[in-house]
Amino acid sequence: MKAKIHVTLKPGVLDPQGEAVRHALGALGFAGVEAVRQGKYLELDLAETDRGAAEAAARAMCEKLLANTVIETFRVEIE
Amino acid sequence: MKAAVIVFPGSNCDRDLAVAFRDAFGAAPAMVWHKETALPEGLDVIGVPGGFSFGDYLRCGAIAARSPIMDAVSAFARKGGPVLGICNGFQVLIEAGLLPGALMRNAGLAFVCRDVALKVETASSPFTAEYREGETVTFPVAHHDGNFVADSETLARLEGEGRVAFRYQGSNPNGSMNAIAGILSENRRVLGLMPHPERAADPALGGADGARLFRSLAGAAVS
Repeated sequence: MKAKIHVTLKPGVLDPQGEAVRHALGALGFAGVEAVRQGKYLELDLAETDRGAAEAAARAMCEKLLANTVIETFRVEIE
Repeated sequence: MKAAVIVFPGSNCDRDLAVAFRDAFGAAPAMVWHKETALPEGLDVIGVPGGFSFGDYLRCGAIAARSPIMDAVSAFARKGGPVLGICNGFQVLIEAGLLPGALMRNAGLAFVCRDVALKVETASSPFTAEYREGETVTFPVAHHDGNFVADSETLARLEGEGRVAFRYQGSNPNGSMNAIAGILSENRRVLGLMPHPERAADPALGGADGARLFRSLAGAAVS
């Protein structure tokens, strides 16, 4: 199975990189971009064939390594 | 006095730290590769050096913090052994859960490499005993991700328990909350800081304010 994982900063955590991207978009003439939050996207190919077990494993990986839960949240999709 | 320096792929301040340890302790430290699972017997102090362990992949310090040797480093710290993490070493100790909070990209987004003035906020730790509380010292910083962030509860605890060891004075180079440059663990035996005392440990390096941090450790081991 494939796990698609999005790691993003928690709401309220300042994102200076996202803010710099927002400024750059404005400078290029893209008006109305009110906020940019930058994150990470990871794709994992898993040997697991059970959907529930795959999701549980991917979530454990996020908790243990892929996300820093002090400042980040994550979302797991299994396909 | 017996010291160890943990070495990861991408560490680049390990030998500078070894020289500072050697000068203060009178013996060269053991250089311990990250794939080891046990530390040398009878250690008095562990240093986690600066650099770019594992190329800063995923998050700075994240991969190094899960290295085989880190279980032994954590066990040493839990028993009250002093552990010093400098720059990337600070990031590693935070990722390993030995210190609270997180170190994010510098607020100005630029890599900052210059001398900074620091206020010594506490002399009551094995790392700062040789300093006067409130005095100003100068160490260099060289980092891209030194912006200390913690939730308000953690921040209040750090301040309330006198666990902010060093604070930036004057301009804040990275946007750290409360201008925090270095923090202590709850038992005050783990210190993580972004500035580099080992790069200011000899007058020939342009400053020797950092030497007292290593002398403090030497004194703590004797007492």
